[in-house]
Amino acid sequence: MILKRRTFIKTAAITAMAAISPAIIAKTATKQKRVVVIGGGFAGATAAKYVAMWSTNIEVVMIERNAQFVSCPQSNLVLGGSRTLQQLTHDYNGLADNHAIKTVQAEVVSVDTDKQQVKLDDGVIVAYDRLIIAPGIDFIYDDLPMLASFEAQQKIPHAWKAGPQTEILKRQLHGMKKGGTMVMTVPATPFRCPPGPYERACQVAYYLKNHNPTAKLIILDANADIVSKKALFKDAWQQYYSSLIEYVPNSAIESIDVANLTIETEFDDFSADVLNVIPAQKAGKVAEMAGIINVDKRWCKVDFLTYQSTEKQNVHVIGDAVHAKLPKSGHMANAQAKVCAAAVVALLAEQQPEQQPVFSNTCYSFIDDKQAMHIAAVYRYNKEQKSMIAMPGGGVSAFASELEGDYANSWGKNIWHDMLK
Amino acid sequence: MRNRSQFVLGLAVCMLVLSTPAVSQQRNVALLASSCAACHGTNGHSVGGMPSLAGSSPSHFIEQMRQFTEGERISTVMFHHASGYTKEEIKLMAAYFSKQ
Repeated sequence: MILKRRTFIKTAAITAMAAISPAIIAKTATKQKRVVVIGGGFAGATAAKYVAMWSTNIEVVMIERNAQFVSCPQSNLVLGGSRTLQQLTHDYNGLADNHAIKTVQAEVVSVDTDKQQVKLDDGVIVAYDRLIIAPGIDFIYDDLPMLASFEAQQKIPHAWKAGPQTEILKRQLHGMKKGGTMVMTVPATPFRCPPGPYERACQVAYYLKNHNPTAKLIILDANADIVSKKALFKDAWQQYYSSLIEYVPNSAIESIDVANLTIETEFDDFSADVLNVIPAQKAGKVAEMAGIINVDKRWCKVDFLTYQSTEKQNVHVIGDAVHAKLPKSGHMANAQAKVCAAAVVALLAEQQPEQQPVFSNTCYSFIDDKQAMHIAAVYRYNKEQKSMIAMPGGGVSAFASELEGDYANSWGKNIWHDMLK
Repeated sequence: MRNRSQFVLGLAVCMLVLSTPAVSQQRNVALLASSCAACHGTNGHSVGGMPSLAGSSPSHFIEQMRQFTEGERISTVMFHHASGYTKEEIKLMAAYFSKQ
């Protein structure tokens, strides 16, 4: 359970000066600065924790619409049957208990970057000195209007945000008729978690191999080829799932018949018993509310020394929403959040932020219930390009292994703890 | 409370380590080292699976990173990380983790 709004108002009223209007959580008259974080995913929760940890006189408020955190990393294993969603679900109590962060469960309805205020769905207004937006992704349905409704997404899940959508796809896959066909689609890059769709294919095939071996998975990829860990995924598919997976590159979706579960690409039509469409993505809607989407109407441009938006003063944005030469991964969100947190602490103390940020990324993908493989690199700020650039020396596993499966599990334990406890 | 003083300590350590006055950039070592936390735990205190970095001697840390970088110690992922940092950064991180 995270702190509900009413409790928050009460708490705020107790701690704040008496003069504030009950509907406005104004900043106190003291010198204490307030940082508001919107979003409690890998980026937002990490930023909230590290601002609190690295400062002495900053009040941190984190606004998140869900009561609990559900990890996208490892959620493909729910489809394969070796994880439960419950194992990937964590509460936000540690942020309040260990770091005195005020966590508010609410939906943001507007952001006023001139007044430096955020409005919540019950009308409460929260003022900030600096705002950190970690909005995650939203889906683009312009080319797939038939999937825009809630009902359509119950029938054809994306399962690209872990939670109820994951359960729907799991139920459909596990309930699919013997010898049936599942079709999944991969959007053109950039999208959240570049190896994710191919890991999903492994997990679906792993399930089918054990429970429905005459069934088939067809992958319709809008890209010309597998976009991450290509050789490793091809090896895994060939070695373990050769009769189960059919991979079709250059297969952008032309149209979908929701009622009949048929899908049309430029070259072919496919009929599915289970259809999983991962739509194209853009920065989450809070970024739009704040007016900070400025790349291709999809992503947010930032200063990589501070993650401040290039559009708005005192507004920072981190995670998948950022336009960067970085993979859209949970690990990158966690790393960006720390650079942002340190910069926010420095800026509020009128000090210069770190001028040479450097951080690393690791993404593990499971090919079955135990074996995993990684892609990893160190990224360093380049002054001339004003961008984070991959260092030579990055790369992928030589082969998938159970040892790396153990490492992937340890990664999960440590990064969830690093962001939430 | 403890964490805040560590952060300040990190800054102080980095100022001590950067002995040459020619190095004008003060590095935020707590930030630099925080990148390891995703796998090795906040401030190097692992909560499972991975070795903790907290409390390791600087010479051990530096030697392991050298071995990963040069391939003397066989690794799955650590080569990809170790080889991306400068020797100076590895020294700063070693000093930081030894004090956690």
